[in-house]
Amino acid sequence: MIAIVDYGVGNVASVANACKQLRYETILTDKKEEFEQATHIILPGVGSFRAAMEEIERRNLRGLLLELAAQKPFIGICVGMQLLFEKGFEHGETEGLGLIPGTVDKIETTHLLPHIGWNSLEVSDSFPTYKKHDGKHVYFVHSYQANTPEEYIVASTEYGTQIPAIVQNGTICGIQFHPEKSEKVGQFLLQSVFESSQQAFSKEESI
Amino acid sequence: MIAKRIIPCLDVKDGTVVKGTNFVSLRELGDPVAMAAAYSKSGADEIVFLDISATHEGRATMMDIVRQTALHVFVPFTVGGGVRSLDDMTTMLQAGADKVAINSAAVAEPALITKGAEKFGSQCIVVAIDAKRFEDGWHVVTHGGRKDTGIDAIEWAKEAEARGAGEILLTSMDADGVKTGYDLSLTKAIVDEVRIPIIASGGCGSPEHITEVFQETDVSAALAASIFHDKTFSIEEVKQSCQQEGVRIREA
Repeated sequence: MIAIVDYGVGNVASVANACKQLRYETILTDKKEEFEQATHIILPGVGSFRAAMEEIERRNLRGLLLELAAQKPFIGICVGMQLLFEKGFEHGETEGLGLIPGTVDKIETTHLLPHIGWNSLEVSDSFPTYKKHDGKHVYFVHSYQANTPEEYIVASTEYGTQIPAIVQNGTICGIQFHPEKSEKVGQFLLQSVFESSQQAFSKEESI
Repeated sequence: MIAKRIIPCLDVKDGTVVKGTNFVSLRELGDPVAMAAAYSKSGADEIVFLDISATHEGRATMMDIVRQTALHVFVPFTVGGGVRSLDDMTTMLQAGADKVAINSAAVAEPALITKGAEKFGSQCIVVAIDAKRFEDGWHVVTHGGRKDTGIDAIEWAKEAEARGAGEILLTSMDADGVKTGYDLSLTKAIVDEVRIPIIASGGCGSPEHITEVFQETDVSAALAASIFHDKTFSIEEVKQSCQQEGVRIREA
């Protein structure tokens, strides 16, 4: 079962539904006991970095999320992905969860913003399990991007600048685009992220 | 590289898809959720629903359609038509829509764009502009083209951008329903003046019209209704002709 973090960020039905298509059960929760039953945690997010982080703080979820991130595969989607980094600069500087080194800054490009639409993935050679997704189009909608060392970038997309699309730090994964809105390709990717974070997790456990 | 988007539009009246020619005569087509799911599977990059129900019951039905669509459709979708207030936006976004399109309500109260963008983020707010050519340029028209607001369409597009709109859905009321191609000069005039994505709408009668609007203007997306609904052409055929002409699209 996959636990989706409930912190009042709009609609998560489509994320849950995409998981269901992959035959994973989901639960929307903010309760520790329910998270403990889950194999993976998904941190969703829409709106701004600051608003999302404030909501997490207001509900006293930071400590619990950090605890869970140390115990299970932990996946951030869209703004949820951005929150994995140390700091965000949307509507002023805000501290993130700090699970992956880096910051979240306004996209610097000559192209139109927001970056809306289907853009193709360039998968890094360091992440061979993701290679099958190379060149595939997925749906993006955002104006801020992660800036993080290359070693954490699984895949990026070109938009007048390179934008990290999938990031991974061991069992912590982040997806900048919307897999739940990227048709079959998005579902396959979500599957890869579940598997890859799970493998990283099993490896850590066996050490 | 980002792909040009091809967007089927479903006009929904009291729970059924209809398509008007010149926004007047309406023919019934079918079940909106089933149609949206079929389009999504066959390669549509997004779906737009325009609710043209005039009644309260019709609007309530639209909310159910949105809820069902969120369960069955795995591409982004926009709801427009009956969206007149922050409450309407909240209702549709909570029901599962990715974006809302506001048209006459934004003309009547431009602050609605600002409020929507502040509350939900610019990416959720599409400003729909219906434009019609007059001697002194293009005017924004409302009420299905019957009312001339006297507002310059280019200026209005710029204001929508400044107020936080994430995209503009630009419909040429001169070209709409006529199937002789998109209004290239209107589209170009707006695209050149704003820095947010524009969706061209009105006038599409063949795949060539779609390749043409992408080749002749820097528009981000093209919206069409009847060529898909009438099954004159499929999304695949349109995408094939785009590829042949070197327009970058998403392969489904």
